[in-house]
Amino acid sequence: MSKYWKLIYNGIVPGNPVFVLLLGMCATLGTTSSAMNGLMMGIATAAVLICSNAVISAIKNFVPDKVRIPAYIVVIASFVTALQLIINAYMPALNASLGIFIPLIVVNCILLGRAEAFAGKNPVVDSVCDGLGCGIGFTLALTILGSTREILGTGKIFGAEIFPEDYGMLIFVLAPGAFIALGYLIAIVNKLRKAN
Amino acid sequence: MKKLASTLPNMILSLGIITAVAGALLGVVYDSTKEPIAAMQKEQQVAAIREVAPPFDNDPEADAWKTDVDGYSFVVYPAYMQGKLQGAAVMGGSMNGFAGEITVMCGFDLDGTVRNYQVLSQAETPGLGSKMQLWFRDPSGARSVIGKNPATTPFYVTKDQASNGQIDAITAATISSRAFLETLRNAYSSYIEYTKEKNK
Repeated sequence: MSKYWKLIYNGIVPGNPVFVLLLGMCATLGTTSSAMNGLMMGIATAAVLICSNAVISAIKNFVPDKVRIPAYIVVIASFVTALQLIINAYMPALNASLGIFIPLIVVNCILLGRAEAFAGKNPVVDSVCDGLGCGIGFTLALTILGSTREILGTGKIFGAEIFPEDYGMLIFVLAPGAFIALGYLIAIVNKLRKAN
Repeated sequence: MKKLASTLPNMILSLGIITAVAGALLGVVYDSTKEPIAAMQKEQQVAAIREVAPPFDNDPEADAWKTDVDGYSFVVYPAYMQGKLQGAAVMGGSMNGFAGEITVMCGFDLDGTVRNYQVLSQAETPGLGSKMQLWFRDPSGARSVIGKNPATTPFYVTKDQASNGQIDAITAATISSRAFLETLRNAYSSYIEYTKEKNK
């Protein structure tokens, strides 16, 4: 039990994909213009990550080393396509707000990174825990970044107004603000990790 | 089980099986979501017509009339009340957005004044261009298109001074705004074309 907890915890804090490993920056910077978008993108990525980790771990002995990358990509792409179809069918609002970023989960390097670094070498249950941990870590990071940008940029959090939008700093909703906010968040996380 | 060696037959076999299984599974998912997706789109479309068109007692879909503006097909869903034209909902779109296609259902009163609109699909940048569904009905500044008539108000963004633009673009999403307004202009001209056709 404790081993699995450790694997999950590792993805959330010490090995957080965004704040510590700096993986998946494209989706991180692109989708976090609001807290809700960040949260939804995180959940979508986590769902694919858990499934792809499980399958890749299950088929790892069947895949020869030299063709492992294309094999992993096929597995990941299949899950992403399936997820996109399902979102299209049952959650059109989500599809409308995330748009192009759902299919782009395929090229999110967290997925391939975890497949290479973990799922390709470890048993299925461990890989699922690793996927769950990284997924939660990614979701958490995106939600925090999205909230920060939404508050600073528009004065709202999850759509609830904190101060009038006119006082917001528009740059935080735009791409440069994503880099600035992310930089400061990483600095804060580093400071906290050092303090521990 | 030992890991398969990287020999050519092994690699072909392994990749072949993986892609075949993935393809088959995707086929199943595609098949099972095809109907809900189509039903969802249909439902959205019907709801959008009901929302944007003036009150009607005919079946706008049965009376639908198609036309082409700038190579993009527009569908006019006319709204009749007791046999008299009240206005219409026009579905159309543009490929000139920031990312992919934008489709909009736009409702017009009899004289072509914009009643309401619904963005049916778009793939603009989340948080910027994707705000078009709310932005162009916001009464602050010159954002709103509702209650304005493209015949008297130039439906261009204020930045386009050559066209005497009168509508505020979405902050930091001028391209998306232009594509949206272009769709509305073309929808308007489709509607006018339809009324001319009917009055012949």
